[in-house]
This record gives sequence, structure tokens and C-alpha cells, in this order.
Amino acid sequence: MLEIKNLHANIGDKEILKGIDLSVKAGEIHAVMGPNGSGKSTLAQVLAGHPAYDVTQGTVEYDGRNLLEMDPEVRAQEGIFLAFQYPIEIPGVTNAYFLRSAYNEIRKAKGMPELDPLEFLDLMEEKTKIVEMDQAMMNRSVNTGFSGGEKKRNEILQMAVLEPRLAILDETDSGLDIDALKVVSNGVNALRRPDNATIVVTHYQRLLNYIVPDRVHVLAQGRIVKSGGKELALELEERGYDWIPGAAA
Amino acid sequence: MSEAGTATLQVEKTSGEPAWLIELRRSAMATFTSVGFPTTKNEDWHFTSVTSIAERRFGVAAPGLAISADTLSNIGYGQDWHTLVFVNGRLISEPAVETLPAGLTITTLASEIESGSEVIKRHFAKLATPDSGSFTALNTTHAEDGAVVRLGADCVADKPVHLVFVSDAGAESAQTHPHNLVFAEKHSQATIIESFVALGADVYFTNAVTEVFVADGARLSHYKLQRESQNAFHVGTIQVHQARDSRYESFSFATGAALSRTNVYTTLAGDAAEAVLNGLYMVDGKQHVDHQTRIEHVQPNCPSREVYKGVLDGRSHGVFNGKVYVHPEAQKTDGKQTNNTLLLSERAQIDTKPQLEIFADDVKCTHGATVGRLDETSLFYMKSRGVNARTARELLTYAFAADVLETIELAEVREGLESATLLRYTDG
Repeated sequence: MLEIKNLHANIGDKEILKGIDLSVKAGEIHAVMGPNGSGKSTLAQVLAGHPAYDVTQGTVEYDGRNLLEMDPEVRAQEGIFLAFQYPIEIPGVTNAYFLRSAYNEIRKAKGMPELDPLEFLDLMEEKTKIVEMDQAMMNRSVNTGFSGGEKKRNEILQMAVLEPRLAILDETDSGLDIDALKVVSNGVNALRRPDNATIVVTHYQRLLNYIVPDRVHVLAQGRIVKSGGKELALELEERGYDWIPGAAA
Repeated sequence: MSEAGTATLQVEKTSGEPAWLIELRRSAMATFTSVGFPTTKNEDWHFTSVTSIAERRFGVAAPGLAISADTLSNIGYGQDWHTLVFVNGRLISEPAVETLPAGLTITTLASEIESGSEVIKRHFAKLATPDSGSFTALNTTHAEDGAVVRLGADCVADKPVHLVFVSDAGAESAQTHPHNLVFAEKHSQATIIESFVALGADVYFTNAVTEVFVADGARLSHYKLQRESQNAFHVGTIQVHQARDSRYESFSFATGAALSRTNVYTTLAGDAAEAVLNGLYMVDGKQHVDHQTRIEHVQPNCPSREVYKGVLDGRSHGVFNGKVYVHPEAQKTDGKQTNNTLLLSERAQIDTKPQLEIFADDVKCTHGATVGRLDETSLFYMKSRGVNARTARELLTYAFAADVLETIELAEVREGLESATLLRYTDG
């Protein structure tokens, strides 16, 4: 589904990603771990098409197509979703209006009929249950005045509504208490299907107790320095990153 | 420039008017003749040149045609409000006396002058005096008509009062000088809306003055909706006097006119009087929109709040100058003032100047201004959800503007302006 080869990316003049290779197949969950500043979030943002990053080398194929040529909104319409580490507040635009616009644009791109506000309300009733969110939150401005946990739930809610084929969770677990972590993880697991895939970017092994990965990758200084099965995450938790060649700070 | 102005204004309407008014008009005319139109050397007009008004010769408007109920419903909001309609400066319709609740009277300046009203003699041009500015001097000289709204003590108006000033084709190349007076007696309460609208794209000049007296404990909401023709010139001054414990809430909405200048001035002349001055300006093309506000904290314990927002597109030019004066006696003043402008194009321009002058020592005052473009991170966030770039820009622009519209208490006006704004920046 996703084929990343020798990906290099800069922010300004500074090279952050220095040759990433990663292959994700449908049905898989991949965890990307690594110390602070290793480039984890950059990888997530580059895949979503953040304009602040320049890709200087390498290729990313998504379903056999050149992902890097697509605008961020096209990527989303093609099924890519990034759950933000720091969800953005948009005062003045309600959650419901924002999500309905997004949902309908994606439906339009797929050649499917749009939902009117009432039909969308029914959909929301079902989806808000997945993340145990009060429906009243739908009438509040996007993320405005939300607590940290509410913002992360809201990201998973958006994911539940938009039903991406490739979801990228950027440190969705950081700052969550255990209850919120369970809610968020249950949400992600409930949305898992054989034809979609998930990349979980995280700093902590804890999340992987709830979202069990097929593969774990260690990112350090802009490169993947080690890959393994889910047991690698446990080893990282115990031993830290310093024992991995190339990962020492 | 002053010669051009006076030459334009050959209207001698003094016949039949009381002696005090003839004298007042003469002296106002003399004031205008001596100072002329303001130039950009004048500090209060530094960013706004009125040469385009001064160099044109505006005549007398032709009588306006009757406005059908349909047209009015497109302009106005609440159809059952107490509504006065002026077309090209002349009264077309006024609410029937029997429809007004006890304590509320709505008459016109012309009829009050004709009947020799003492109230008008005592108050006309007493707040917005001829020597306070060239345009008020012009208004004093030429004002023929306008609304006179009186809320008796304890009167709570059952419905909003809507003053509608329409310009139709008969206003082409003409000037009007509406002059309104609002008296809110002790503990009265009402909402007054002034709408300035056009039926076409004519070039004309509106020079309005509204004087507002808010007595002890009275609460007045006052919305000014300036949607003149895109080729028109509009200068409007609202001058308010607030007694103790009164509350005055103003909203200035401006999307019209090639050049507009709105002055909102209030004096907090009694203990614990409260002023809220908000506004939203949205212009495009070569439009020029200028807001000038002044809050005089004369007495102690008065809170004042001010939020003006602007959205400028094309080559438009916005000006905001907000002054807060805190007099030495005005201890415990609590003032907050903000001006935020969103620039949608490279060539749009804003000059913003929030000003604080404080002569008391125990006060809490803040002010600030921001000027910016749409936030790239917010745009990316929306796009990353599949919202296309254009819709994302539209939604963020609408959200920026709608934020200040939320402060309007009257639902019909708030929702009406929200949908107009949504329509302006989106496909609907």
C-alpha cells in the first residue's frame, strides 16, 4: 500500500529525514518509535503533505501512485489521514460543520452522494459513541477550549468518520491519562480492517499494549536504524535507545 | 477645498425655521468655511483623504420613489419592527402612533423643528457640536430630517426601532445630511438599528450624525449597518453621552461605500457606566473604510470593551483609530480594546492605531492590534481532512469575521449579518 524509498526531507536548510525506507501493506499496523528529534513527526507530516517540509530526495508510492505529487487535500480524499500531535483550534467553525465539509468533499471525490445535515447527524450519533464523546461537542468550535484528551478523541472521531485507508497517528498517546488512552486505542482497533493500514508514531511503548503492531521501527537521526516485531517495543522500553547502533544521541 | 465645499452647499432652508436654528446654522456654516474639509495633515484624518468628497459637487437629491414592502424586506430584518424609512434623505414612512408602546415616541427632526420643539432646541447639535469637526459642522448647517426617538423613563421597547436610510437613483450626485436624536430616559431599554442602504450603484454623499443621550440606568443597543452603494461616500458620527449605571452597546458593520468614515464617540459621564463598542468592516476592490472611536472615561468605575475586526481584500484600505481617554477622576477604569485585521490580498492595507491616554493612577487598561493573513497551519489542518484549499480559506475567513458578530445580542441582526458574511466568503 505504502512504499517509501530513500526519503529525504528538509525544513528550511535543515535536513531532518536522511533516507527513510519503509513498506506498509494493507491490514498492517506499524509502530515508529524513537528519541526526541529523531524525525518521527516530520515523517508523519511529510506523508500528509505539510507545506513547511521540502522533500529533496526519494519516492513515496501510495497504491502505486506518486504520493508526493498530491496536494494535502487530495491525499486525504485518497484515504490518508494524519491524527495531529497538536490538533489545531479553529475558532468560529463548528466541529459538525468542519467534519461534514470534510466528509462530503471526500464523498464527492469518490463520486458518492453528499450527506445533508440531518443524515450527517445520524452518522455522528453512531461515530461519537466509538470515542465516547458527548454529541454536544459537535456544536463547539473545532478543538477550541478542548482539553488535551478531548482534542485527541476528536482526532480519532474525525478518523472514524472519514474512514481512511492509511491512518497515521502522530503521538496520539502523549499527554493522555489511562482512560483516554484506552478510549483512543479502542477507537483505532474498532476501525481496523483488512484493507486499511495504520502507522503509529509514538514515544512510549505503553500505547502498543493497546494497539498491537505487526512491525516496530526505530527512527534515529532521520533514518530507520532498526526494525523488528512487537517484542522490539518491549526491549526499547527496558533498555532505551542507546544500545542500537546509530541511535545514540 | 473649503470654497468648493461651501459652493456646493447653496441650500438656504432657513425660511420658516426658528431664530435659534437659523443662528446655529449660520455659525456652523461659518465654522466650516473657516476650517474647510480636513486634510491628511490633520492627525485624525492622517490615513484618510477626503479629496474625492471635497472636489465633487454634490447637489440636492431628487425625491425618492416609494419603496415597496418587498424591497424593504430585502433591506431590513424584522418586518414588524418600529421602522422609519427615509429615501434620499426624505421621510417616506413612519410607524403609526398607535403601534408604539407607552413611553416610546418616534418622530422626525423636520416635524419637531416645525412644531417648535423645546427638546430639539436644547439638544440638537449639543453633543456632536459644529466645532467638533468639519463634517458635523456641515451636518448642522444642512440637516433637514432624521429620526427623533424618545424612550420615557422605565420604558422597555417591545421591539427594535429601525431607522432605514435608502438611496435610490434620485440620490445620484447628491448629498444628504440625516440627523438623528435618541433619548433613553432613566432605566429605559431598547435596541436601535440604523441601516444605510442603496438600491443601485450611484455616486452620492451621506453625512450622518446621531446624538444619543443615555440616562441613569438605561440600556441601549445601537447597531449601525453601513451598506451604501459601492460608489458612494459615507461619513457618519455617533456621539453618545452616558449617565451613571447606563449601558451602551454599539456595533458598526461596514461593507459599503467607496470611502467611508464612521466615528463612534462616547462619554462615560456617570459612575459605573458601561460602553461596548464593536465592529466589523469587510471591503474589497479600491474601497476605503475608516473607523474612529473615542471612549472618554470621565467618572470612576466604568468598564469599556471594544473589539473591531476587519477583512480586507483587493486593493482596499482600512483604517482603525481607537482612543481611550481616562480622565484624572476616572479611577477603577477597566478598559480593553482590540483591533484585528485579516488581509486577504497582497495589496490590501490597514493602518491601525489603538491609543490609550491615562491620567488616573488606579486603572486597568489594555489595548492591542493584530494584522495578519490566514493561518497556514489551520489551512493545512483543514486540507489534511480533505477540505479543498478554497473551502478551507473561505471557512477560515468566515470564522474570523463571524467571531465578532457573535457579540450582537439581537438574533435577527446577528444571524442576518452572519449569513451575509457567509455568502460573501463562500458559495453559500
